[in-house]
Amino acid sequence: MLTEFSAAELSRKIASKEVSCREVVDAFLDRIARDDSRLGCFLTVDPEKARESARAAQAMVDTGSGGPLTGVPVALKDNISTEGIETTCASKILKGYIPPFDATVVTRLKLAGATLLGKTNLDEFAMGTSTENSAFQLTRNPWDLDRSPGGSSGGSAASVAGRLAPLALGSDTGGSIRQPAALCGVVGYKPTYGRCSRYGLIAFGSSLDQIGPFARSVEDAALITEAITGHDAMDGTSLPLPSISSARLKEGSLKGLKAALPKELFAESMNPGVLSTVYAAIESLKREGVRFTEISMPSIALGVTTYYIIAPAEASSNLARFDGVRYGVRVDGQGHIGLVERTRAEGFGHEVKSRIMIGTYALSAGYYDAYYLRALRIRSIMQHEFEETFKDFDFVLSPTSPVPAFRLGELRMDPMAMKLLDFCTIPANLGGMPGISLNCGFTEGLPVGLQLMGAPSEDEKLLQIAYSVEQALPTATNWPSIA
Amino acid sequence: MSISLDEVRHVARLARLALDETEILSLQGELNALLGHFEDIQVIEGSGIEPKSHAVAIQNVWSEDVPGRTMPRNQTLLNAPLSRAGLFVVPMIIED
Repeated sequence: MLTEFSAAELSRKIASKEVSCREVVDAFLDRIARDDSRLGCFLTVDPEKARESARAAQAMVDTGSGGPLTGVPVALKDNISTEGIETTCASKILKGYIPPFDATVVTRLKLAGATLLGKTNLDEFAMGTSTENSAFQLTRNPWDLDRSPGGSSGGSAASVAGRLAPLALGSDTGGSIRQPAALCGVVGYKPTYGRCSRYGLIAFGSSLDQIGPFARSVEDAALITEAITGHDAMDGTSLPLPSISSARLKEGSLKGLKAALPKELFAESMNPGVLSTVYAAIESLKREGVRFTEISMPSIALGVTTYYIIAPAEASSNLARFDGVRYGVRVDGQGHIGLVERTRAEGFGHEVKSRIMIGTYALSAGYYDAYYLRALRIRSIMQHEFEETFKDFDFVLSPTSPVPAFRLGELRMDPMAMKLLDFCTIPANLGGMPGISLNCGFTEGLPVGLQLMGAPSEDEKLLQIAYSVEQALPTATNWPSIA
Repeated sequence: MSISLDEVRHVARLARLALDETEILSLQGELNALLGHFEDIQVIEGSGIEPKSHAVAIQNVWSEDVPGRTMPRNQTLLNAPLSRAGLFVVPMIIED
């Protein structure tokens, strides 16, 4: 079945004309038609548009102008703007919104000839860690349909694990790519802040948000990363660097690499099955010649608080644009302010309101110094600790998520437990470093994610290390069947 | 620090959210729980540390001062819940 092949294999088959772009897109559309009623990955699928882009891709192949992504289907998280295709952020307030422009990543995917399959489910405005905050539907974990795929990019992660898409894009503000990747047993990668344009990504926390890929292998992740990254004048925070090259991906070696294990990211409160699986992976890597050293990074303990002040503060400002005037839902009220207040009260879900409230409070007169400014100071301390660490180490290793996939509904009534799920992933957002999660084994039948973090802008090196690590670990060969 | 019901109402006004009393009560509980957890950062003195609002220090990004194309007006208005004569419609703000 075509859906079982990796993106790299599909790419080779398309280039050699062993299969057509149409056959490939149809295979995935069929798979979506068969399985998505149970998985709930997609909010929008437009088979006609997908086939249309497959036709354009085939024309590129036939004229010899194709590249490695030509004809390869990609699913997009529904907070990434797509011209002419509804983009909702899984929020009632954007129901029916049709962006008049493409995000830069979408423009670049189209240029590369990728086939766009559809838009995937997420926690409303990417706020959450279970995808249960979507205003529209639940997404289920392909490894166990009673469990959450993680979040906020749960639809993208589940679509790749379920082979409904060979590749998908998500966004990561505090772990929203890496955590669902870990829970779904796939690769999830957040590039260095600024290496992938945020133009057209509907903003949550602008200093933290970064787009990145989901794939079933590091090679596939690197393939799409190369196509979507690189400087973009439309994003003022875009780094003046070329795209992240995959040319030397397979040339690395683990022998002699130095890795740091921050003891704060191996807390005793974490799931014992996750910890033992990660420790077993560390033993395998030791045999390959990686030298591990336990270190201490005290600021990590304050990461969750720091993040849950900074991200809502930025969100409260970013989400001010939803006022019922220019796009989205409008609910009339008393005068102009009444209209804005009613629109937002009815359009936003509970978690979004809660974060807007905490952000507004943290930024309000009298509390700014106690919360926001203090959080920015801790961010500064954390960045310094990571800078010092990367002077001595090639990478930092930890579990990606403190727990494996949890049951749907299990954590819904416990907002703080939900927030602690980001504990291991938040530092890379606060520090801007690249981070990648790969599967390193299973506990009680559920995937366990291994997180690697690299120095800022050294994405090529991190991907090379991740590729070598992947080769050294026993990988998932039996992907879950949804039957 | 704990937050009173009146403070929740005040913050909701600042945030332009018309919350009903049930939501105000539930948010008061949630915000207080969160603020309780936030106490951990109050131990940081940090007055000598420069606060950083960003991970990557990029400053003064300029674009060339040349005229460019903007989105056509009809396209800009395509998603407006209410528009008339090429304009967004809002309730009257200034009285006659």
